[in-house]
Amino acid sequence: MNDILSAILVVGIVGLAFGVLLAVAAVIFKVEVDERIEKIEEVLPGANCGACGFAGCSAYAAAVVEDGAPVNACGVGGSNVAQQIGGIMGMAVAAGKVMVARVHCQGTCENAKDKYEYYGVETCEAAIKLAGGQKACNTGCLGFGSCVSACKFDAISVVDGVAVVDEEKCTACGACVKACPKAIIELLPKDNKTFVKCASHKTGKEVNAVCKAGCIACKICEKNCEFEAISVIDNLAVVDYDKCTACGVCVEKCPKKVIG
Amino acid sequence: MTEPTIIGLLISALFTENFVLVKFLGCCPFLGVSKKIDTAIGMGMAVTFVMAIASMFTYLANEFLLIPLNLEYLQTILFILIIAALVQFVEMVIKKTMPALYSSLGIYLPLITTNCAVLGVALLNVQNSYNLLFSILYGTFAALGFTLAIVLFAGIREQINEKDVPESFHGFPIALITAGLMAIAFMGFSGFSI
Repeated sequence: MNDILSAILVVGIVGLAFGVLLAVAAVIFKVEVDERIEKIEEVLPGANCGACGFAGCSAYAAAVVEDGAPVNACGVGGSNVAQQIGGIMGMAVAAGKVMVARVHCQGTCENAKDKYEYYGVETCEAAIKLAGGQKACNTGCLGFGSCVSACKFDAISVVDGVAVVDEEKCTACGACVKACPKAIIELLPKDNKTFVKCASHKTGKEVNAVCKAGCIACKICEKNCEFEAISVIDNLAVVDYDKCTACGVCVEKCPKKVIG
Repeated sequence: MTEPTIIGLLISALFTENFVLVKFLGCCPFLGVSKKIDTAIGMGMAVTFVMAIASMFTYLANEFLLIPLNLEYLQTILFILIIAALVQFVEMVIKKTMPALYSSLGIYLPLITTNCAVLGVALLNVQNSYNLLFSILYGTFAALGFTLAIVLFAGIREQINEKDVPESFHGFPIALITAGLMAIAFMGFSGFSI
């Protein structure tokens, strides 16, 4: 009985002594942390997505205060967060453009042809290893949702064989852009709805052979645009967002309804 | 067992009984923080520091607390307690007094709490019934052996990064193979008896 008691006492007392010692030491050796770091951390979304280039939200907050990292690096928080961080740091912030991820493909199961039936691991990375994936168009969305699993905000889903972005939820962190092995997702300005839903550089004939909804490089958009903001480069319509006014003429005129 | 000499202790701790490669203690940081030589050296220094202090305190606790009370069976639990508290305390002191050292050791200090090499050295000191001086020396030397192993390993890993390794061996697999080969190499020292 005494053995048990002394064992309990020894471990208990030693533990207690260390506890007290550490508590006292914590007070004595307290290091003042710049309170702006904590404030910035509170403002940040806390998703720790790493899109800013730092290890996480707290690492970014520390970098802003200590190393003068840009206050508008958080794409997820957008201009709102940038303003708040700027306020904490006492800096004026130029409002950045709000971006959103968009998928350059509308080759749904109905629109696009498959060149073979794929049975295998259900990821885009796996499918692409087999002759570039099952879609006959080699820039088509494979629809296995590598972007879906990369998205931390539940903003992207595969509908009818093609990835679709929920623009309300999208924070433009860029995770899907990196995840897509076909590289057909791009961050584009959110306020300008004009974008080309195709990424194929094949000629019109070749595109028509594999997909009902691809850009056939007919140049109707280019001819109708008053602002020279859309042009067909290498068989694919490309929007110049510095010039585009989102007037919607190209959207209307496109015979394939590829621009939306 | 004959009384060890300091030189003998140093050589056995560094080579013939290297903590990582022969006794397989402290494998976690050995694999975890050995991607770059710089960080490996930082980790080695932090471990050396903690192991020397831990050896001293665990020796004192054992000699003046556990043995008089016949509670030797509490060694493991009490040593863990001491090491954890010690690392916390050292971390706070360094953070306050030497910010430069703190930022270079950074995350390695708290990691050492869970490094089994520290507990290992404390228990081995008791097992080999070293006195206070030898306990501290053995702790320091064993940690230097750890440093030697991790720095060599980091050097090899840096070289491997540049080389054309088959894709399926990238990263950890090749690191584990490297560690195994290094352990075999260190087995070669075990023929020396000191």
